[in-house]
Amino acid sequence: MPSVRDLRRKIKSVKSTQKICKAMKAVATAKMAKSQEQVLAARPYARQLHEVLGRVAGGARNVKNPLLAVRDPKKVCYVVITADRGLCGGFNSNILRLTTKETAKWPEVALVPVGRKARNFFRFRAWKTDNEYIGLGENVKPEQANEITNFVIKKYVDEEYDAVYLIYSKFKSVMVQIPTVVKLLPVEPPQAEEGAEEAKAEAKSKAAYLFEPSAEDVLEFLLPKYVQNSVFQGLIESKASEHSARMMAMDNATKSAGELIDRVTLQMNRLRQENITKELLDIVGGAAALE
Amino acid sequence: MAEKTQMLSIVTPQRVVYGDEVRFVSARGVDGDLGVLPEHTPLITGLKPGVVRIQKDGKWTSYAVAGGFLEVRDSRVVILANAAESPDLIDVKRAEAAKQRAEERLASKAADIDLMRAKAALMRALARLDVAQSK
Repeated sequence: MPSVRDLRRKIKSVKSTQKICKAMKAVATAKMAKSQEQVLAARPYARQLHEVLGRVAGGARNVKNPLLAVRDPKKVCYVVITADRGLCGGFNSNILRLTTKETAKWPEVALVPVGRKARNFFRFRAWKTDNEYIGLGENVKPEQANEITNFVIKKYVDEEYDAVYLIYSKFKSVMVQIPTVVKLLPVEPPQAEEGAEEAKAEAKSKAAYLFEPSAEDVLEFLLPKYVQNSVFQGLIESKASEHSARMMAMDNATKSAGELIDRVTLQMNRLRQENITKELLDIVGGAAALE
Repeated sequence: MAEKTQMLSIVTPQRVVYGDEVRFVSARGVDGDLGVLPEHTPLITGLKPGVVRIQKDGKWTSYAVAGGFLEVRDSRVVILANAAESPDLIDVKRAEAAKQRAEERLASKAADIDLMRAKAALMRALARLDVAQSK
């Protein structure tokens, strides 16, 4: 049975935890606003690039490029993006659960963790990783995405990997983040979704594109760019998701700490009253015995 | 007289830098400079780091663009650039320092330098300075 003092101590400790959670929530909220802005600002570029690639690939169907080469997937690489830190609800575990599920599909898998949580997860399981990118910091730069991209592209061109996938958390809204798998390599030019409409428009304007210097060269330039941008997009979406997830988690933690404090306070007050009643009874009993 | 115009947008991974109806755009393509007037034939080309010049209502503006692509389609010009800056955003001191660094690196001819990268850096710096002066 806890004493009044025990309960008071407990309230104090929960209160200080609550304060920390509150502060973390405030920080996450500020960071989220920033990273969310970044994601939204980056989407037009990604969309344009996607469209251009679709049109170029449509106009240059027979072009050969090492990044388009489809091979029988023997060894498949997964680039897994998580946060560097925890305390963000199910954010990291959702990604890692999806990774576990995805990697089980292939006989041989290569892993490239981005973010400390992914690295530690693989290390703990003694899964071999080919490379790792830790501590990318708060402001993700395109150069960081390029570094990752160049690594996987090289491995792909050397035929060490037969396919490369990216796993990240897509930022849908503050409440919803979706763990997502996208294929990075071989590049699958986007055409299915806009194929019919585009083809019609194309036929109408009879607009065969002029490529300078040539379709091959443009593709050679465009494809790495496209992959880089996919990785970059993944990184910033993941960042925004992380902060929203953390904000939600900390908000919940602050709330449940409040509830806990209320409950324990009630318990403490009851106990205190009970003790006073007991003492009173003692005194009254003692006085009665004296008479 | 209403001139024919075309929609130009300059987009970078960070943000949309420019989006407006313009008369004329010139840029430095991989095969040389090119100019685009409205109703240009559809075109896709790579861009070298350089200056993009825009004419709108008889006035000229310049942007320093650090490589990318240019696409023309249905009188819409889209420049997808790695980075793009308007004259008032350019840090002249930084650009000058970058220019010097790149020149030194090229002049040193050491074996360990990445010639392509140094050249690209020099071109970026020159483009920035050029744009900054045009203000």
